[in-house]
Amino acid sequence: MKKQNVTLTNFLHLKKAEEEQAGEGSKRAAAVITKNNEETKKREAPHIYTIYEITRYIRHKLDKDDLLRDVHVKGEISNLSQPTSGHLYFTLKDESSELRCVMFRDKCAQLKFNLEDGMSVIVRGRISVYEKKGTYQLYAKEIQETGIGALYLAFEQLKKKLKREGLFDVAHKKPIPAFPRTVGIITSPTGAVIRDLLNVTRRRYPHVHLLLAPVVVQGGQAPSEIVNAVQLLNRANKELETIDVLVLGRGGGSIEELWAFNEEAVARAIFSSEIPVISAVGHETDFTIADFVADKRAATPSEAAELVVPDRREIERNLHSLELRIRQNLFNVVEVHRQRLESIEKSVLFRKPTERINQYRQTVDELKRNIYAEITHQVELHRSSLQAYIGKLDALSPLAILKRGYSICSRLDGTVIRTIDNISVGDALKVLLTDGEAISEVKEKKRK
Amino acid sequence: MEGEGKEAADEMSFEEAMKRLETIAEMLGEGKLSLEDSLKIFEEGMGLCKFCNKALDEAEYKVEKLMEKESGEIGVEEFKEEE
Repeated sequence: MKKQNVTLTNFLHLKKAEEEQAGEGSKRAAAVITKNNEETKKREAPHIYTIYEITRYIRHKLDKDDLLRDVHVKGEISNLSQPTSGHLYFTLKDESSELRCVMFRDKCAQLKFNLEDGMSVIVRGRISVYEKKGTYQLYAKEIQETGIGALYLAFEQLKKKLKREGLFDVAHKKPIPAFPRTVGIITSPTGAVIRDLLNVTRRRYPHVHLLLAPVVVQGGQAPSEIVNAVQLLNRANKELETIDVLVLGRGGGSIEELWAFNEEAVARAIFSSEIPVISAVGHETDFTIADFVADKRAATPSEAAELVVPDRREIERNLHSLELRIRQNLFNVVEVHRQRLESIEKSVLFRKPTERINQYRQTVDELKRNIYAEITHQVELHRSSLQAYIGKLDALSPLAILKRGYSICSRLDGTVIRTIDNISVGDALKVLLTDGEAISEVKEKKRK
Repeated sequence: MEGEGKEAADEMSFEEAMKRLETIAEMLGEGKLSLEDSLKIFEEGMGLCKFCNKALDEAEYKVEKLMEKESGEIGVEEFKEEE
């Protein structure tokens, strides 16, 4: 490359063109070098440069290089530091070499994750010289994680996406049946997981039908095999026999080894499964996307087995106590009814049926007596007021008047004489006295 | 191979039977039912107990391997643990 073959002399010519923009320092450097160059030509003797001059030259060389202007460098971060300036300083290293790196504050702000020592990264940037120290370094513009970091990032991204879609919502979680008859298992046909599952289920509940859909649980084939297995078991559920629950299992491992369970296709297959799914991937602390989508997460395959099948002894105890309770309760019900019957039998009505009738009869008698007394009383009341009236009448009777010495004078036919004008001398009159009557004749009449 | 036990179980699952037993125990416990109804559900409860016990005794532990045949059919064969 022409540019890479720049000689010190050429550099000076180039420099001249740049002098307009260059700062004081570089102007001076250029001037010095120009002068020196001329002197060199003149005297043909070696020239002594200052460190600064030579550093400037090297920097210029590097800055002009197309390759170094934009490079991607892979390595592991070490000696990471971030002073208050906000710039990040670190060394990128691999087995054979090291490279100083700096990332300025404004670029750091665009990082989506925090850098850590030991992290495998790919750093993009330009390589230039830090004049003050006379060292070349990588001025980082972008940093990407590689290896574990990239997987972790992908995990976080998928988790976020599926969560937003609602695949983890509790509303979608299907209940795990308490007493499954058939359990579908998706795992490797060899290894600890299937052995644990078989051992635990056999010990706890030797009444279950286990249906294994063998898959490889890591590597490139794993995701599609797992997806197929979930779908196959769902088909079998319809076409063959009811499958009550699925267990998707894998032993512990690195994030790469568990990766199949973080694949989107696997997550969607679990979500679409009509059969409830229990995930049992890795150890207690390993969480996979499958765990979030599954209807239930078991920390380990053994726990999955315990979740999926109940303990036979427990069931038998349960059943036994239920039977006892039912018998006892029925006994109580019968007892209650017997007591009620007995109390009815003991009641008066049942012992002496005529008792009640006699009681009524007695009541009737009593009422009768009451009515009679009342009537007598009323009659007495009337009788005494009648007496009073008779007394009054008596007092007013003309006969009573006769008793007091008055007499009534009437014609013989009984017509009472009220005035002297009604009688004539010679008339026969009847004089009524209290104790008899006298017939008399009118001899003389005198008007008052 | 499945026999009658399986058919009976198809009408009501073991789980449902256990649930029904709980209900029956509770109904009898409340004592609100007539004697006749009490006896009726008691009979039912005893039947269910028998059914559950039988289901426990009869169910067999079976491990099978599921696979898809080339014809697309689903096949099942006995699964033997490899050492």
